[in-house]
Amino acid sequence: MIGLAGITKRYGAHTALDRVDLDIQPATTTALIGPSGCGKSTLLRVILGLIEPDSGSVSIEGRGLASWDRRELRRRFGYAIQSGGLFPHLTARQNIELPAMAHHVPLDARRIAQLAELTHMDPELLDRFPAELSGGQRHRVALVRALVLDPDILLLDEPLGALDPMVRADLQHDLRALFDELNKTVVLVTHDLAEAAYLAPRDILLLREGRIVQRGPFAELRERPADAFVTRFIEAQTGRVAALVGAGP
Amino acid sequence: MIRWLLALLVAGACCAQDRVVVGSKSFTESAILGYMLVALAEDAGAEAELKTFPGSSVAFAALRAGEIVAYPEYTGTLKRELLAEQGLVSDAELRAALAELGLAMSEPIGFNNTYAIGVTRETAERLGLATIGDLADHPELRLAFSNEFMNRGDGWPGLRDTYALPNPARGIEHALSYPALEQGQIDATDLYSTDAQIAAMDLAVLEDDLGYFPRYDAVVLYRLDLGDAHPPVLASMLRLGGAIEEDRMRSYNERAELGGPEDEGRVPPAQVAADAVNELFDLGAEAETRSLASRVMLRTRQHLVLVGVSMAVAIGVALPLGILAARSHAFASPVLGVTGILQTIPALALLVLLIGPLGIGAPTAIVALLLYSLLPIVRNTHAGLTGIPGDLIESADAIGLAGLDRLRRVELPLALPTILAGIKTAAVINVGTATLGGFISAGGYGQPIFTGITQNNFALILEGALPAAAMAVAVQLAFDGLERLVVPRGLRL
Repeated sequence: MIGLAGITKRYGAHTALDRVDLDIQPATTTALIGPSGCGKSTLLRVILGLIEPDSGSVSIEGRGLASWDRRELRRRFGYAIQSGGLFPHLTARQNIELPAMAHHVPLDARRIAQLAELTHMDPELLDRFPAELSGGQRHRVALVRALVLDPDILLLDEPLGALDPMVRADLQHDLRALFDELNKTVVLVTHDLAEAAYLAPRDILLLREGRIVQRGPFAELRERPADAFVTRFIEAQTGRVAALVGAGP
Repeated sequence: MIRWLLALLVAGACCAQDRVVVGSKSFTESAILGYMLVALAEDAGAEAELKTFPGSSVAFAALRAGEIVAYPEYTGTLKRELLAEQGLVSDAELRAALAELGLAMSEPIGFNNTYAIGVTRETAERLGLATIGDLADHPELRLAFSNEFMNRGDGWPGLRDTYALPNPARGIEHALSYPALEQGQIDATDLYSTDAQIAAMDLAVLEDDLGYFPRYDAVVLYRLDLGDAHPPVLASMLRLGGAIEEDRMRSYNERAELGGPEDEGRVPPAQVAADAVNELFDLGAEAETRSLASRVMLRTRQHLVLVGVSMAVAIGVALPLGILAARSHAFASPVLGVTGILQTIPALALLVLLIGPLGIGAPTAIVALLLYSLLPIVRNTHAGLTGIPGDLIESADAIGLAGLDRLRRVELPLALPTILAGIKTAAVINVGTATLGGFISAGGYGQPIFTGITQNNFALILEGALPAAAMAVAVQLAFDGLERLVVPRGLRL
């Protein structure tokens, strides 16, 4: 459904993506993971068409990106980023309505109420401005906005970054339930292995310096790491608590 | 609002057919003569109005352009300054030269207001100064001349060469030279021989022993077509020929600048003129005496037109420019560069530059003000739009908002506080700068300020300066209120 072939993107001397080939099947959840600067966010933006690659091609549903009407393509994607990307001058409701306005699609209040329920968002928050919402609440609003036009593909860039751990755990739980229920194609970027393993247990892509180092279910990465880097990356994250505070009593 | 302002402007700029506009220069004597011409024109049944000009060249240009039909001038100024390149000597030559320009002058009004160089009595006696040539023996003496005198063909450059004066000289506003003389900040300055201050301050007038200064016979300078259009008006004005001898003119000046006898206090030039025509020609003229409130009201309206129209056009031009500059790097540097350069031109210089192509009056001031207001608005629009965080722009893009939709729904609302701040800055500066409009007869609060300076009348200066300051504060407060009204609440949290 999403196909990338030979994608290369450079910023000056820095190569953000280096000849990346990738296929993502419909109705699957894929996590892009890797250390900072490995190119995972860039990859997401290339899929969305926000960034033009220097070489290589992107296809959505078998058609090259260039052959798509840009607006039509936008309608098929729901996109949410780390800080939520909410517009501060609009209330939560106006933020959610904006994609519908952009595409001249009628939107009734029931749809918003339905999505609020689905994302466990308190409907009373709808008339608040982003500045009046907590971090977790903003993420839920951003999620509703990404879902409002019922897109085929959900692209989430560090959707739970910068949240405190308790809120994050709640949202992780809700997100997974949501992915299971909606059965959409989801590509999410995270730097947290546990989150990737929890939300996308069957398809994790580990990137390093613009290349895909290993792709597979979490168990495969852990048990059959492709190289020493994968081992180190997994150990660094799974052994984090033990390494910092020692083993339990 | 804009339509209302434009309507006001049009009403102000246009003039009815049965009206004549008379000119004068802004100093006291010329103002009195100008008001006398107005009274004489009205006596002939016309509706007349006085327009004041900052100097000879603009008044002369206005006369040639037909903005005014007549104004008081001096033969010396015409021969040595306004038509200097023709090398005119006799009055007959002058009349012939004027006729070629479609102009004519009356018989001399009756007094010779020549230039003179004056020092304090104390300086004259201490250094034994009697003639202008004596100044050469004392190069330490500080000379300061009116700005017009500094640059005139019959002014300082010729005087310096004729008498081989080594003394340095600088320009000073004429009305300020008297207190400067009194306080010893300068030693010598240019005077008019009918100057009321000569007697009042007991100044010593240095003899022009080389006969450098020509005669400056006051005349009524007028357009020849005035005789065709309004013969009775011209005939009435020409009655001024031979009517005022030197002592009489000096007493008029004295009454306006220093106050009349018996502690009468300073009398407005319009009143001095009305009394003068009544006495000389047995008319029943009354000075148009507006109350302070109605004067301030009139100028407030004029000032609001200057500020309102220039701001409205400036916003209309600057907003799109700022948006284009934010959209395209290639466009940004020339736009910000050119508007930035406009801003560095001193406001007064910009006004004078525009007099060339546009003449004097409110439209010129409005163009200058609008050019001056561009930069704060363009710069803030550009800064507001380019300062929007990248993730918000990206979100808008990802949602599918593009082009005008994105501009209208996301970018402009987010940039609005910055854009409004730019407009506010421009408007407050504009209110202050618009007072310079007084320099080119554009009306508004600058008129009393400018006239007050040239007539050494502090109260008149305050009559313009205080309301101007009040308007600047009001504009500031109005924008603060507008900000609360139009900036989305979410941006103020």
